[in-house]
Amino acid sequence: MEANTRSTGRLPAAFLTPGSSSFMDFLAEHQPELLPGNRQLPPTQGVIEAPHGTTIVAVTFPGGVVLAGDRRATMGNVIAQRDIEKVFPADEYSAVGIAGTAGLAVEMVKLFQLELEHFEKVEGAQLSLEGKANRLSTMIRSNLGMAMQGLAVVPLFAGYDLDREKGRIFSYDVTGGRSEEHNFAATGSGSIFARGAMKKLFRDDLTEEQAATLVVQALYDAADDDSATGGPDVARRIYPIITVITEDGFRRLTEQEASELSRAVLQKRLEEPDGPKAALL
Amino acid sequence: MSTPFYVSPQQAMADRAEYARKGIARGRSLVVLQYADGIVFVGENPSRALHKFSEIYDRIGFAAAGKYNEYENLRIGGVRYADLRGYTYDRDDVTARGLANVYAQTLGTIFSSAAEKPYEVELVVAEVGETPEGDQIYRLPHDGSIVDEHGSVAVGGNAEQISSFLDQRHRDGMSLAEALKLAVQALSRDTNGSEREIPAERLEVAVLDRTRPQKRKFKRIVGRQLDRLLAADGASTEAESSAEDGSEEQ
Repeated sequence: MEANTRSTGRLPAAFLTPGSSSFMDFLAEHQPELLPGNRQLPPTQGVIEAPHGTTIVAVTFPGGVVLAGDRRATMGNVIAQRDIEKVFPADEYSAVGIAGTAGLAVEMVKLFQLELEHFEKVEGAQLSLEGKANRLSTMIRSNLGMAMQGLAVVPLFAGYDLDREKGRIFSYDVTGGRSEEHNFAATGSGSIFARGAMKKLFRDDLTEEQAATLVVQALYDAADDDSATGGPDVARRIYPIITVITEDGFRRLTEQEASELSRAVLQKRLEEPDGPKAALL
Repeated sequence: MSTPFYVSPQQAMADRAEYARKGIARGRSLVVLQYADGIVFVGENPSRALHKFSEIYDRIGFAAAGKYNEYENLRIGGVRYADLRGYTYDRDDVTARGLANVYAQTLGTIFSSAAEKPYEVELVVAEVGETPEGDQIYRLPHDGSIVDEHGSVAVGGNAEQISSFLDQRHRDGMSLAEALKLAVQALSRDTNGSEREIPAERLEVAVLDRTRPQKRKFKRIVGRQLDRLLAADGASTEAESSAEDGSEEQ
């Protein structure tokens, strides 16, 4: 039977065959050409030029986790896009921020969101946070071929663990290697600078609002030293995307909230360009 | 070698239809009603884990009466169809009409194929619109026919009686508590006309609520919220509905 959803006929046999609850497994069997990992790249000379997303940061606080990203995409030394979105809800209790080749990363997020939703609908229950993190790992691993050609995708995954009742952060390398990060994490070209800022500012007892301010500070420092990371763009009213995940689920800060936080940070930086000072001892 | 008896196509189809109908009639009936903010699914189901209602896609819900393994199979097929279609095109391109057509074709092919046993299921596919006028409810009997319903629909063994009961009493713009109360009343009526009590813990209730901020509108109503809605059938909703009636008269 023609395995084709475009026809209006009956459901193809594959649709009614009992199988796994994974959408990716279903695609692999039914329409493998739709899986990004199965794409064959022609041999190329040098690195392929494509827009790259840059810095993503995450911080935990008692009761949840904040995941945020700047808005710049670069292609070589050109700013490809000023208002790109790089932080997405993965499901009700988790979010994913992406650095690396923008096109592939956005596609990966779309498939990841669908994977979690599909499982939830078929099983009638959510995957554990650990399970979600592992699933993302598999997806990155399947992209290794393209990563070797310069089209790497390196996400940061954060979520609220309903079993352990706390926010957790997972970082990845291009081979799909996964590691849980404690307190804070960053990925992308500006991550080294962001991580330095977070290391100095992080405390165990941050409130949700303080954690959100902390990530804005970190992104500001990343943009300060990394040309591929964009700072808050007051003239165009483009501010970082800041998301908070708590027991109540995923929430993206409104334009208004993000602008207020960014403006407050900018205002202070007019007085102290290097930001808040940590104690020496 | 003996020659098989000749069975006329009419007789063969009638036999298959009777077989399917009997299977469906063994299960309990369920109802799907439109209310002011969406569509509510109500059924009697002692199981907490094996659902009769479920989410297919953002605005689309699924309800089924009959044989569990058969409708579960169709449900998963529908989820796969919707997710694949949304992934290939766009989320907006997944519609209840499209899904109902696929189910109708699937059920129809199985029903008329002599090699397969007919499915003993009756399905409802519903999609909540931006406004009550945009709501769509499709009923899909075992033979693959497709019926475009409005207001209220019942499927299962006792469906005809329940339907006529609902047709007389259902009106547009009911509150959720009113619609739920009406649905439970309809389900409590036995074939011989006597009433019995269905306790809240034996009810399975879900809604497609157009006012939900999330893009996924399907929500199960359980526990305290269900108790509250069932209890609300007294004074508050009476007052509400009479106020509404009053404003209509003016």
